[in-house]
Parts: sequence; structure tokens; C-alpha cells
Amino acid sequence: MSALIQTCENVGLNWFVPFLRLLRGESPNEQFRQILLDIGVPVVAMLIFLGAWSWVAGHVKVSFGSVPGPAAVWAQAEIMWDGYRADRASEAEFYVKQVAKKKEFLAKTPAGEWHEHKYSGAPTYIDQIFTSLKTVFAGFLIGSLIAVPLGILCGLSKVINNAMNPFIQLFKPVSPLAWLPIVMIMVSALYNPKDPMFEKSFISSAFTVALCSLWPALINTSLGVAQIDNDYLNVARVLKLGWWKKITKIVIPSALPLIFTGLRLSLGVGWMVLIAAEMLAQNPGLGKFVWDMFQNGSSDTLAQIMVAVFTIGIIGFALDRIMMILQRAVSFDNATIR
Amino acid sequence: MAFLELQNVSKCYGIGVKRVEVLHDLNLKIAEGEFVAIVGYSGAGKTTLMSLIAGLQRPDTGSVTLRGEEVKEPSPDRAIVFQNYSLLPWLSVYENIALAVDTIFPDWPQAKRRAHIEKFIAMVNLTPAREKKPRELSGGMRQRVSVARALAMNPRILLLDEPLSALDALTRATLQDEIERIWESDRKTVVLITNDVDEGILLADRIIPLSAGPRATLGPEVKVDIERPRNRKELNHDPRFKAIRKEVISYLLGTGSRAKSSLTRKLILPDIEPEDLNIPRSMTGWRNTPIRKGEMKEESVEVKS
Repeated sequence: MSALIQTCENVGLNWFVPFLRLLRGESPNEQFRQILLDIGVPVVAMLIFLGAWSWVAGHVKVSFGSVPGPAAVWAQAEIMWDGYRADRASEAEFYVKQVAKKKEFLAKTPAGEWHEHKYSGAPTYIDQIFTSLKTVFAGFLIGSLIAVPLGILCGLSKVINNAMNPFIQLFKPVSPLAWLPIVMIMVSALYNPKDPMFEKSFISSAFTVALCSLWPALINTSLGVAQIDNDYLNVARVLKLGWWKKITKIVIPSALPLIFTGLRLSLGVGWMVLIAAEMLAQNPGLGKFVWDMFQNGSSDTLAQIMVAVFTIGIIGFALDRIMMILQRAVSFDNATIR
Repeated sequence: MAFLELQNVSKCYGIGVKRVEVLHDLNLKIAEGEFVAIVGYSGAGKTTLMSLIAGLQRPDTGSVTLRGEEVKEPSPDRAIVFQNYSLLPWLSVYENIALAVDTIFPDWPQAKRRAHIEKFIAMVNLTPAREKKPRELSGGMRQRVSVARALAMNPRILLLDEPLSALDALTRATLQDEIERIWESDRKTVVLITNDVDEGILLADRIIPLSAGPRATLGPEVKVDIERPRNRKELNHDPRFKAIRKEVISYLLGTGSRAKSSLTRKLILPDIEPEDLNIPRSMTGWRNTPIRKGEMKEESVEVKS
């Protein structure tokens, strides 16, 4: 049981812990207070928020109808889910039909050549979510592959750190909207394969995410490496560890908690930047969805965008939680990370 | 020729007027297989002395030689047990020792290295805790891992830098016995640095007091001619023990003691000193001009009471 409690705390399910303690028969009064605090308060706050939202929705008129309240947004979410299900159904139907057609065709002309067709429906909302996730991870991966090694070098060497510092200070505050045109032009110039594996819009978005998100990882990695306990480095010196072994056996493990702090921040920044990048690069993800809905201006527009806002928020929260769990898993000096 | 020799070693920290000579003109000869304890005040520069012997730092003047060869950099030949254990917290007991063994004896076959590691874990009675991480161990257990790691390097000389000062009295006594037992079976050359005179007498062949800093220096050595194994309880009543103890302590409190008191007075001097253009300055730091006497507003004067 206490192992289960520990696990819950480690993965950030702190609100669930009082229930477990209650099951174990630990001072009920205290547990009930804790439950009230951990669950009651957020629920009340949520209800107040929904109430305020409904009130505003009922009183504000915009050019294409009224502002949707919580119920309307929920209904819209259901419609979008149904749309996705319907699309999946018609896709399955398409392939079933294709198999039948193929049989018919081969029966008529046995020597003829049959071309398989791919289902060509418009991307559904769920597809767009996955495109966004794919893009953000691609960008995050590129950014991390640059940031972590560079950060280690910065942490190890004052010279490299001083050389990099002006660039870090200069480029860190640059908005993704400023990077994107540059990245798009560069991608158009440099990425022109005959049979492209990735869309240009995907690559542009991913690189923009990488450019904006690598800074926290870079800064935290170099800080983590620079802060290594001198004793550990002395151990490396007494053992006469080689450069590479020193990096892998001493430097990286001891800087790992801060490296992961940096990566967690980076992924957060990356997810935020992604939406803007997708809007302008027309990468078929959530950003493009929001933009398209804004452009078509139907009476459902606001509700659809609000669904997207909640989706973005929930996914961002989930990504942060995953990174937090990883961060705790690599921290040898334990659960002070919130 | 002595096994380990320090000749006219001194070491300073800081630059300009803030320069402090921590160790001043140290001379020391240690024979092979000897157990020497250096006893001194905390803050006297004991750890600096140990870093010099280990090769982690170089002396400003003089030399440290091991078998006639000058010590220029750290080496597994001179294994050091740090005061704060310096175990790698992400590695288990076994892995901490394995890192040292695998690095130093890469040519040994896997099985031999394994057996070697296990032998030293057993020597410090930690076999049941071999898979534990340092944070799951008590201070005494951590220090034992640190000792096992140092011994597993097969060093020519073992440097113990206040290895027991962070431990409680009971654990301390157990570990003292353990160090003595290991030394008896191994007869390695050991340099122990400690602030506990009794610990020195219990373990060492020779005690050398280190006077209080700054400008700490080694006092006259005191031979501990008490036969081994030494029993802690009987030792307390041994007249030789009392004599040695008195001799060391009277040096530390007498000639080797720190200045009794000091007073500070404000000084304002005219700023008429020229800059020393021989001092190299860096391109980037703007404040690298030598500090002028005129900017020094305080002076300490020591007063003998």
C-alpha cells in the first residue's frame, strides 16, 4: 500500500493519495480535509468558471451569432468525434468496395493492371491532433539533439560558454513568427527531393519548434554540467577517466536531473510555439485547424476553436506530466520536483 | 630515500593583497608501510595538504615526490578517501567500486574484476548492501564503500582525509577498528588526516601535528610506540598514551596555536601607489587592475594576550 502511495506521488496523482490513506484507515478527519482541499476546491473553482462562461455566452453577441457556452462547446466536441467516427466508417467502406471492384476488374480483364487507390478524405480532427504531436516531437527531438550536447560543452568549458552566451541571449527571445518565414524560405531552397518523405510545411514547423524550444534545454544543461560537485570530478581525476568516459560516467548522470528540467521546459515551449507555426506554415495540425475555422467563419466557428483550445491545453498538460514523471525517474536526489 | 616525501612545500590561495599562504614550508618523509597521522585544527589546511599529496593541486613552491618521482597529477596510485565520501549517487555500492576497478584494470578478465570487487565489498562487511544506492546507506556505510573503493584500486598509498569526522562516536569507533584491521592485514602506506588526537594515537605509527593556519606548518613528530593491536579501553589508562596525547596537544595549544585575538582598525591611506604593469590582465574583465593600497580600508593586527 505505501508503495502504491509512493507511486501515486511520483506520477503526480497526489489527489488520489488521501483515498488510499483512507482505505488504510489513517486518521479519517485529516484525509477528508485533504480530499476537500485537493478535489473540492478545484471542482468549485471549475464550476464558478463554467458559470461565468455561460453568463458571458448569453450576453455577448458577435458577428456570426452568439458566443457558445460550455454546453454548446461540449456538443460541438461530440459532433467532431462523430465526424471522425463517420469518416473512419466511410474509409473502411471504401476499402471494402475497392476489394470488390478489384475482383470484378480482374474477372473482366485478367491481363489488365489494377491500381490500388488510397482513401482520400479530408484529415479529421483526430488526424490533425496526431499531426501536431508528430510535428512537436520532431521539432523537440531536433532541438534536444542540438541543445543537450551543446549545453554539455558550454557547461564544461568557460570559453565555449562565453562564445555561445551572446547567441543564447540574442536568439532566445525571438518569436516563432519571426523565425518561420526564414525557415520556410530555407526549406524551400534546400529541401527539394523528387519523392519527398515529409511535407515542406511539416519540416518548416518542426524546425521552427526546434529553434524556439532548444534554449531552455541548452541553458539548463549547461547549468547542470557547470554545477557538478567538484568531488565527482575529483573522483574522475583520481581514476584518470578519459574524456568520453568522464562525460558518460560522471558528467551526464550528475547533470541528468537538470537536463530533464530543461527538456520539460523545452517541450512546453515547443507545444506553445507549434500552434502559431502551423497556422502560418499550413501544416495540417491543430494550428491549421484553428486558422481554417477562423477563415470559414460559420456559426460553429467559435465552438470549434474552443474545442481546439481545450484540446491544446489538455495535451500540453499531458506532455508536461509525462516529462515530469521522466524527470523524477532520473533524479537520484528525489521527489522535490513539482 | 623516503617512500613519500614533501620538501619545502607551500601553498597560497587568492591573488594580490588577498593572497593567503595556507601551508608554509612543509617537510615530511614517510616510509613504505607506515601509518602516519596528521593532526590539526579544522581550517588549518589539512584538506589542502591532502590534495597536494593526491596531486589534485600543485604546490606553489617545493615538491611532493613518491618514490623519487614528482607528483604532478592525480593517479590511482594514491587512492584518496574524501571526508564527504564522494560516492556517485546514481550508482549502487557495487557499481561505484566497479567503476574504479573497471577503469584501472581494463585488461583483467571480467571474472577476475568481479571477484576483486566482491572481495573488497566483503572486506568492509557490505555484501548485503551491495545493490543499494548511497542515499539508502548510513554515513558509516557510505564511508566504508569509499574505503573499499580506494582499497580496490590497489594503491601504493592510501590517503584518508578526515574519513570519520562526519560520523557519530559509536560508528566512528567501529570504523576505526575496521581501518586498523584492514591495515594490519594489508600493511599499506597510509596517511590519515584527522582533528582527533586519540584517533591518531589509536591507529598511527607516528603523529605529526599541523599548526593552526594561515601559514600552517608541521610540528615535531611524535612516535606512537604502543604495540598493536591496540585496545581502546586499555589505551585510555596507558601512561604512554597520556604522554603522547599531552605532547601533541601542548604543541597544538602552544607554538602551533592560532593567534589569540585580533583587532581591526580603519585605515585611510593616500592613493599614491602606481599600478604594477607586470601583472597580466584579462581582455574581458574590467576590474583586473591591481587593487591599490588606498582601496584597502582595513588592517588586522594580531595581539598576543
